[in-house]
Amino acid sequence: MTCKVRLEALNIHFGKTHAVKDIGMDFPEHSVTAIIGPSGCGKSTMLRSINRMHDLVPSARVTGRILVDDADIYAREVDPVSIRRRIGMVFQKPNPFPAMSIYDNVVAGHKLNCRLVKGEADEIVETSLKRVALWDEVKDRLKTNAMNLSGGQQQRLCIARTIAVKPEVILMDEPASALDPISTLKIEELIEELKERYTIIIVTHNMQQAARVSDFTAFLYIGELIEFGETKKIFTTPEKKQTEDYITGRFG
Amino acid sequence: MEREHLSKQFDAELNEIRGKLLEMGGKVEAMIAGAMQSLLERDSELAERTIAFDHEINRLEMEIDDKCLAVMARRQPTARDLRFLTLALKIVTDLERMGDQCVSIAKRARELNLEPVLKPYIDLPRMAHAAAGMVREALDAFMSGDEKLAIKVCEDDQLVDDLNEQLQRELLTFMMEDPASISRAIKINHISKCLERIADHATNVAEMVIFMLKGKDVRHNAV
Repeated sequence: MTCKVRLEALNIHFGKTHAVKDIGMDFPEHSVTAIIGPSGCGKSTMLRSINRMHDLVPSARVTGRILVDDADIYAREVDPVSIRRRIGMVFQKPNPFPAMSIYDNVVAGHKLNCRLVKGEADEIVETSLKRVALWDEVKDRLKTNAMNLSGGQQQRLCIARTIAVKPEVILMDEPASALDPISTLKIEELIEELKERYTIIIVTHNMQQAARVSDFTAFLYIGELIEFGETKKIFTTPEKKQTEDYITGRFG
Repeated sequence: MEREHLSKQFDAELNEIRGKLLEMGGKVEAMIAGAMQSLLERDSELAERTIAFDHEINRLEMEIDDKCLAVMARRQPTARDLRFLTLALKIVTDLERMGDQCVSIAKRARELNLEPVLKPYIDLPRMAHAAAGMVREALDAFMSGDEKLAIKVCEDDQLVDDLNEQLQRELLTFMMEDPASISRAIKINHISKCLERIADHATNVAEMVIFMLKGKDVRHNAV
């Protein structure tokens, strides 16, 4: 499998806290990689570094390299905004733009970047909403406020907004933890379909979710990468005792 | 020392399944002993009791199956816990089949007891002793996580196989010499085959134990 995102000796400090310690790993293209580990193990920190979200935190210091298609996204000449267009992010709590309609939410990314011709925008809205399986539910009320949707629908709308700008990688930080079980299953189903087009990296507290949706799993503990491998292997016969103790519920 | 689950109830449920499996193993051993004793001491009443006892083994099989499924549904076990439970589900099947083999032995003993003794039984008790030991050791290996003991069980299977072959050859000579012995020889041969099957089931259990401990599948290969 081709490597889409590569971490090389990645270290992240917040002031004196060493949150991510010397992590090196490859995220394979067109696959889902889950990052699991107890609270505070550095998984969200690591995820956020992949689209340079720590740039805005003054105390944060990122060293090492993060390569996307073999190019360092922290290189001096790279514009973080262009990186965030290629690497989308979906957050724990659905965050549609509150004053906007469903339609405007989907094309928000495009509107920020350039003007869209009407026909083109219509097409982007339809394709993106279809791809997240939301189209049939909202096609008759595209101009209504996005906040009227249910939590699960809002989260799928946010994913539609993310994929509307045609990213290559989608980062998901606990994308289903604020949703009910049925909405969660829909998001998981969606992740399975999205991986055909995108490379997905998902942080989750829910180990069964990691086991269900991912092809590869990375287990982090206190900032260190303890084990990384095929999900099937990690959940049936992990190499490291620490991994085994964590996933079987013996500590965490 | 095995680290405990954060959920004490989860540990309790797994321990209960362990206990039931040990109980079932002990009962299978008792059945082997009962079936053989009914043959050696020509005790047809004991043969009847042994046949009836199989009901107990079947009941335990269903009970353990049920408990394993309940834990799987409620706890979504992973890694070593998942291997333990899937293994427990398979081990009960092997134990249950051992019980069936004991029933066969007891039935043949009941028939043989109606006829004169064909020959002194020498190899059969040795086979039964070895097979029962394998059952006990396979379960001990499962409980204590003893990989070496599991490997020993796999190796001991050869002894039972050898005795079975030796006995078959011997019975063949009886049958060639005297056709009147054929009916009894076939029944003794059948008992020998049953003991050999019990040892095979114990070997299956031991191979699965190695898998549980190491995540390494040694079935259909030399250990």
